[in-house]
Amino acid sequence: MMTEATQQNAAEIKPKEVGTTPVKITARDVKVFYGDKEALHGVSMDIHEREIVAFIGPSGCGKSTFLRCMNRMNDTVPSAKVTGKIHLGATDIYDPSIDVVLLRAQVGMVFQKPNPFPKSIYENIAYGPRLHGLAKAKTDLDGIVESSLKRAGLWEEVKDRLDAPGTGLSGGQQQRLCIARAIAVSPEVILMDEPCSALDPISTAHVENLMLELKEQYTIVIVTHNMQQAARVADRTAFFHLGDLIEMNETSQLFVKPQEKRTEDYVTGRFG
Amino acid sequence: MNNATRPNSGLDGFASNEERTQHIASTLKRRRSKETRFRFMGILAVALSIGLVGILFGSILAKGIPSFWQATFVLDVDFSPELVKLESPKPVKEPNESPARYEERVNEWANQLNFINWNKLLLESVAKVLPESTENPRAVLEMFASSTRFDLRNMVIENPDIIGKTERLDLVASANVDVWIKGNIDRSLPDNQQQISADARKWADQLYAEGVIENMFSTVLFTNSDSRSSPATAGLLGAFVGSLMMMVVVILLAVPVGVAAAVYLEEFAPQNKFTDFIEVNINNLAAVPSIVFGLLGASVFIIMLNLPMSAPVVGGLVLSLMTLPTVIIATRASLKAIPPSIREGALALGASRVQAITDHVLPLARPGILTATIIGVAQALGETAPLLLIGMSAFVANVPSTPLDPSTALPVQIFLWNGNELRNFFEGRTSAAIIVLLVLMLTLNSLAIWLRKKFEIRW
Repeated sequence: MMTEATQQNAAEIKPKEVGTTPVKITARDVKVFYGDKEALHGVSMDIHEREIVAFIGPSGCGKSTFLRCMNRMNDTVPSAKVTGKIHLGATDIYDPSIDVVLLRAQVGMVFQKPNPFPKSIYENIAYGPRLHGLAKAKTDLDGIVESSLKRAGLWEEVKDRLDAPGTGLSGGQQQRLCIARAIAVSPEVILMDEPCSALDPISTAHVENLMLELKEQYTIVIVTHNMQQAARVADRTAFFHLGDLIEMNETSQLFVKPQEKRTEDYVTGRFG
Repeated sequence: MNNATRPNSGLDGFASNEERTQHIASTLKRRRSKETRFRFMGILAVALSIGLVGILFGSILAKGIPSFWQATFVLDVDFSPELVKLESPKPVKEPNESPARYEERVNEWANQLNFINWNKLLLESVAKVLPESTENPRAVLEMFASSTRFDLRNMVIENPDIIGKTERLDLVASANVDVWIKGNIDRSLPDNQQQISADARKWADQLYAEGVIENMFSTVLFTNSDSRSSPATAGLLGAFVGSLMMMVVVILLAVPVGVAAAVYLEEFAPQNKFTDFIEVNINNLAAVPSIVFGLLGASVFIIMLNLPMSAPVVGGLVLSLMTLPTVIIATRASLKAIPPSIREGALALGASRVQAITDHVLPLARPGILTATIIGVAQALGETAPLLLIGMSAFVANVPSTPLDPSTALPVQIFLWNGNELRNFFEGRTSAAIIVLLVLMLTLNSLAIWLRKKFEIRW
């Protein structure tokens, strides 16, 4: 079905089946306060299974803040307060009975700056599965490490030096290590906060290809400053400005036929 | 300056670029000389501090190092059966006898040895090398440390088979002989101002020239405790053991409590007025004069809790209180220095906060915590004032066998020896004790550096 669709729409700009998969994340009227300051003014959106959604917008527009709401990383900021509802599948993730540990096992995250643990490559990957008791035996763990690294496209480069420190890898390799670390616990959603901003173009291409492959299995939400990147990888793109979600649409639509004036100004480079 | 009438080459009032460049060039000389002056003052400050430290160490080493060698007689002592008469053989330990009971029997047996004239042994052996010494036995005995006769007795108690044999022994000379031979007293002083008699002085010189008195490495300094009756054999062992016990108490108490408090305050505690208050107070505690902790120890541990006076356990408790703020502050600083991305990485994988800290943050902070601990312990080791107030400045002649026994500490021993009335002798002993303390500190600091290097993880 997929190939048929691709062939059929080959002439068009970005043929993608959007919204055909079930909804994975629903956000309704999400507001975030840092102390008294409202940083996000009521964002609502649906994110579907196995799609890549990109958040774009100028600095300080709230896109990272919203991303961090989805695995409750904002909990670590003492002054932050979140209102509204976010559901992962049928679960309200801000329900007091929800254990944040369980949530974060389901919603993984990759950060702007690669942050491998100062341990061996193997230990970096094995940490998550070990935490959650996902591997019963050492061989299971070895298997998880290998398949995570393979899926992150890093296996060939590091298979002979799994004991070497993860911090000794290049920036791009470190970021793929962090992605491998995130998928080692088999999350359902992967959040990426500007994952390529510290990488050179070749490493960026690596990571982007990886995202497109991972899409087959995972829901991916990516924050990016790079509009070309959003255009290259995202099925749908959301434009944030000054704490508001201005517009969310199929990527091709958003870039070619934006509905809002502010979106048009931003994507055509008039500000931001 | 009027911009309308004067042409400008830039935003300022200068007419041309050359004029501006010239103006900037004219200021350069002043700026350079300022820099030179600043550098010179820096070098001067460094030189001054190195000079002062050099003078301090120089004087300590100059006074202290000779004290590690001490005037010692090398004599053949004849344990003749006429002088050392034993009425019964030393009791033998019976198979089913308790050690305490055996010790009691040995002590009973040893009582008879107290009536033996041990000085006679010394006089006879000196007479062999110096026949005229028989004319003035008092002067001969003046030359020996007063504990020598007990040492001879203890040798016989240890091994009664020695009786009838002649042994070549190293016997510590009296403090006054040591002072005389080392020239630490003005030799031209009149007789009534000298510490030992004219005969003793003459013979000491003579025996030193003959090699009977030698300047030997002073083992008593490390194997004996303080002594007042026999200053020549006063040593550091009791104070050293006391200091060691206090260090153990400090490490066992201040480190776990301090690290736990720091981790809680840094990683878990909510940010509110109360935690701010605690933080300010911890910083204040670090600045409280140490003698105040001594007063606290005296009133709380000794008066309220009835712990024994002069005991290393009380000293250790007081020093722990004093070290706690240092450990807490330094541990918090090293926790703060761990990049938050490491915590976030662990949390995003689903680690709980405790797991993120124990698995990642603490291992990374370990070198910092270790350094903080060792510096805190070294600081405690050198502390004197609070110990004076809990009775650790008492004269203690025994080596403490438990932390509840009375004891002194190394810095207190330095304080006590520095005040000893036998100045000529104890000035050197004090410096020697300072050297021992400094070596101990230096060892601790090197250990801190080594541990830091060993556990340092780069990221």
